[in-house]
Amino acid sequence: MTKSELTADLAAANPHLTARDVELIVATVFDEITAALARGERVELRGFGAFTVKHRNARTGRNPRTGEAVPVEEKVVPFFKAGKELRERVNRGRPARSPA
Amino acid sequence: MNTVTRAHLAETIYAQVGLSRNESADLLETVLERMSSALESGESVKISGFGTFSVRQKGRRIGRNPKTGEEVPILPRRVLVFRPSHVLKARVNGNAAVADDDE
Repeated sequence: MTKSELTADLAAANPHLTARDVELIVATVFDEITAALARGERVELRGFGAFTVKHRNARTGRNPRTGEAVPVEEKVVPFFKAGKELRERVNRGRPARSPA
Repeated sequence: MNTVTRAHLAETIYAQVGLSRNESADLLETVLERMSSALESGESVKISGFGTFSVRQKGRRIGRNPKTGEEVPILPRRVLVFRPSHVLKARVNGNAAVADDDE
Protein backbone atom coordinates (compact mmCIF):
# COMPACT_ATOMS: atom_id res chain seq x y z
CA MET A 1 0.00 0.00 0.00
CA THR A 2 1.33 3.42 -0.93
CA LYS A 3 0.30 6.87 0.24
CA SER A 4 -1.75 7.34 -2.93
CA GLU A 5 -3.53 4.00 -2.41
CA LEU A 6 -4.25 4.96 1.18
CA THR A 7 -5.66 8.26 -0.08
CA ALA A 8 -7.80 6.52 -2.71
CA ASP A 9 -9.07 4.11 -0.05
CA LEU A 10 -10.02 6.95 2.26
CA ALA A 11 -11.72 8.82 -0.61
CA ALA A 12 -13.75 5.74 -1.56
CA ALA A 13 -14.93 5.33 2.04
CA ASN A 14 -15.87 9.03 2.26
CA PRO A 15 -17.61 10.01 -0.99
CA HIS A 16 -18.81 13.30 0.51
CA LEU A 17 -15.23 14.61 0.76
CA THR A 18 -13.38 16.24 -2.12
CA ALA A 19 -10.19 14.64 -3.43
CA ARG A 20 -8.34 17.73 -2.25
CA ASP A 21 -9.64 17.34 1.31
CA VAL A 22 -8.72 13.66 1.46
CA GLU A 23 -5.19 14.40 0.23
CA LEU A 24 -4.89 17.19 2.77
CA ILE A 25 -6.03 14.88 5.59
CA VAL A 26 -3.48 12.19 4.75
CA ALA A 27 -0.71 14.75 4.28
CA THR A 28 -1.62 16.45 7.57
CA VAL A 29 -1.29 13.22 9.54
CA PHE A 30 2.26 12.51 8.35
CA ASP A 31 3.32 16.17 8.33
CA GLU A 32 2.23 16.57 11.95
CA ILE A 33 4.05 13.45 13.06
CA THR A 34 7.15 14.71 11.24
CA ALA A 35 6.86 18.17 12.79
CA ALA A 36 6.50 16.73 16.30
CA LEU A 37 9.58 14.54 15.83
CA ALA A 38 11.49 17.53 14.46
CA ARG A 39 10.63 19.35 17.72
CA GLY A 40 12.05 16.38 19.59
CA GLU A 41 8.61 15.33 20.77
CA ARG A 42 7.12 11.89 20.89
CA VAL A 43 3.95 10.81 19.07
CA GLU A 44 1.94 8.12 20.77
CA LEU A 45 -1.02 6.53 19.04
CA ARG A 46 -2.42 3.87 21.36
CA GLY A 47 -3.04 0.55 19.65
CA PHE A 48 -1.00 1.65 16.63
CA GLY A 49 2.39 2.61 17.98
CA ALA A 50 4.72 5.35 19.08
CA PHE A 51 7.12 7.48 17.07
CA THR A 52 10.15 8.80 18.90
CA VAL A 53 13.60 10.08 18.05
CA LYS A 54 16.74 8.40 19.29
CA HIS A 55 20.01 10.15 19.80
CA ARG A 56 23.13 8.80 18.10
CA ASN A 57 26.56 9.93 19.29
CA ALA A 58 29.22 11.12 16.89
CA ARG A 59 31.44 8.28 15.73
CA THR A 60 34.14 7.52 13.24
CA GLY A 61 32.66 5.71 10.30
CA ARG A 62 34.40 4.15 7.39
CA ASN A 63 33.84 4.44 3.69
CA PRO A 64 33.09 0.80 2.93
CA ARG A 65 34.57 1.08 -0.54
CA THR A 66 37.88 2.75 0.26
CA GLY A 67 38.22 1.85 3.95
CA GLU A 68 38.89 5.50 4.63
CA ALA A 69 37.86 6.82 8.08
CA VAL A 70 35.15 9.49 7.94
CA PRO A 71 33.75 11.41 10.91
CA VAL A 72 29.99 10.91 11.43
CA GLU A 73 28.40 13.76 13.36
CA GLU A 74 25.99 13.19 16.21
CA LYS A 75 22.41 13.02 15.02
CA VAL A 76 18.93 11.88 15.89
CA VAL A 77 17.10 9.12 14.06
CA PRO A 78 13.34 8.56 13.88
CA PHE A 79 12.13 5.37 15.54
CA PHE A 80 8.77 3.58 15.53
CA LYS A 81 7.66 1.00 18.04
CA ALA A 82 4.48 -0.86 17.18
CA GLY A 83 1.74 -0.77 19.80
CA LYS A 84 0.51 -3.92 21.49
CA GLU A 85 -2.64 -4.28 19.42
CA LEU A 86 -0.92 -3.75 16.07
CA ARG A 87 1.99 -5.98 17.05
CA GLU A 88 -0.42 -8.79 17.85
CA ARG A 89 -2.44 -8.24 14.68
CA VAL A 90 0.69 -8.37 12.52
CA ASN A 91 1.95 -11.49 14.24
CA ARG A 92 -1.37 -13.26 13.97
CA GLY A 93 -1.72 -12.20 10.37
CA ARG A 94 -4.72 -12.42 8.17
CA PRO A 95 -4.99 -13.09 4.45
CA ALA A 96 -5.26 -9.98 2.30
CA ARG A 97 -8.74 -8.53 2.14
CA SER A 98 -10.26 -8.16 -1.24
CA PRO A 99 -10.28 -4.42 -1.98
CA ALA A 100 -13.48 -2.81 -0.68
CA MET B 1 8.95 15.79 26.99
CA ASN B 2 5.74 16.61 25.17
CA THR B 3 3.75 13.80 23.67
CA VAL B 4 1.55 14.25 20.63
CA THR B 5 -1.55 12.05 20.70
CA ARG B 6 -4.54 11.20 18.53
CA ALA B 7 -6.33 14.23 19.96
CA HIS B 8 -3.59 16.59 18.69
CA LEU B 9 -3.56 15.03 15.24
CA ALA B 10 -7.35 15.14 15.02
CA GLU B 11 -7.29 18.79 16.11
CA THR B 12 -4.79 19.58 13.34
CA ILE B 13 -7.00 17.91 10.75
CA TYR B 14 -9.92 19.91 12.14
CA ALA B 15 -7.96 23.16 11.83
CA GLN B 16 -6.53 22.37 8.37
CA VAL B 17 -9.51 20.88 6.60
CA GLY B 18 -12.50 22.46 8.28
CA LEU B 19 -14.46 19.30 9.02
CA SER B 20 -16.11 18.77 12.39
CA ARG B 21 -13.93 17.64 15.30
CA ASN B 22 -15.78 14.35 15.38
CA GLU B 23 -15.32 13.65 11.73
CA SER B 24 -11.66 14.67 11.91
CA ALA B 25 -11.10 12.13 14.68
CA ASP B 26 -12.96 9.44 12.72
CA LEU B 27 -10.89 10.08 9.59
CA LEU B 28 -7.65 9.83 11.54
CA GLU B 29 -8.89 6.52 12.92
CA THR B 30 -9.70 5.32 9.41
CA VAL B 31 -6.20 6.19 8.20
CA LEU B 32 -4.59 4.22 11.04
CA GLU B 33 -7.00 1.32 10.60
CA ARG B 34 -6.36 1.04 6.84
CA MET B 35 -2.62 1.01 7.47
CA SER B 36 -3.03 -1.58 10.24
CA SER B 37 -5.13 -3.91 8.16
CA ALA B 38 -2.69 -3.74 5.23
CA LEU B 39 0.13 -4.64 7.62
CA GLU B 40 -1.96 -7.38 9.18
CA SER B 41 -2.33 -8.95 5.74
CA GLY B 42 1.46 -8.85 5.40
CA GLU B 43 1.49 -5.94 2.97
CA SER B 44 4.04 -3.11 3.29
CA VAL B 45 2.83 0.45 3.68
CA LYS B 46 4.96 3.01 1.84
CA ILE B 47 4.39 6.63 2.67
CA SER B 48 6.55 8.74 0.39
CA GLY B 49 8.42 11.46 2.25
CA PHE B 50 7.82 9.66 5.55
CA GLY B 51 8.89 6.03 5.50
CA THR B 52 7.98 2.41 4.94
CA PHE B 53 6.29 0.06 7.37
CA SER B 54 6.91 -3.56 6.54
CA VAL B 55 6.36 -6.97 8.04
CA ARG B 56 9.35 -9.19 8.60
CA GLN B 57 9.24 -12.91 9.27
CA LYS B 58 11.48 -14.05 12.12
CA GLY B 59 12.59 -17.62 12.51
CA ARG B 60 12.58 -19.75 15.63
CA ARG B 61 15.50 -19.18 17.98
CA ILE B 62 16.54 -20.03 21.48
CA GLY B 63 16.18 -17.16 23.89
CA ARG B 64 17.16 -17.01 27.51
CA ASN B 65 15.34 -15.69 30.52
CA PRO B 66 17.84 -13.02 31.61
CA LYS B 67 16.89 -13.44 35.26
CA THR B 68 17.09 -17.21 35.59
CA GLY B 69 19.39 -18.04 32.66
CA GLU B 70 16.83 -20.60 31.59
CA GLU B 71 16.54 -21.37 27.89
CA VAL B 72 13.18 -20.58 26.30
CA PRO B 73 12.29 -21.18 22.68
CA ILE B 74 11.20 -18.05 20.82
CA LEU B 75 8.70 -19.19 18.23
CA PRO B 76 8.68 -17.98 14.63
CA ARG B 77 6.78 -14.70 14.45
CA ARG B 78 6.07 -11.73 12.28
CA VAL B 79 7.26 -8.32 13.39
CA LEU B 80 6.66 -4.82 12.15
CA VAL B 81 9.61 -2.70 11.11
CA PHE B 82 9.65 0.97 10.15
CA ARG B 83 12.29 2.41 7.84
CA PRO B 84 12.25 6.19 7.89
CA SER B 85 12.69 7.94 4.56
CA HIS B 86 15.66 10.24 3.89
CA VAL B 87 13.28 13.16 4.05
CA LEU B 88 12.08 12.26 7.54
CA LYS B 89 15.63 11.61 8.77
CA ALA B 90 16.70 15.00 7.48
CA ARG B 91 13.68 16.77 8.99
CA VAL B 92 14.26 15.40 12.49
CA ASN B 93 17.83 16.67 12.24
CA GLY B 94 16.54 20.13 11.45
CA ASN B 95 17.49 19.92 7.81
CA ALA B 96 14.46 20.88 5.75
CA ALA B 97 16.28 21.70 2.53
CA VAL B 98 17.03 18.15 1.55
CA ALA B 99 16.38 16.69 -1.87
CA ASP B 100 13.01 14.94 -1.99
CA ASP B 101 14.49 11.63 -3.11
CA ASP B 102 12.62 8.72 -1.64
CA GLU B 103 13.49 5.16 -2.32
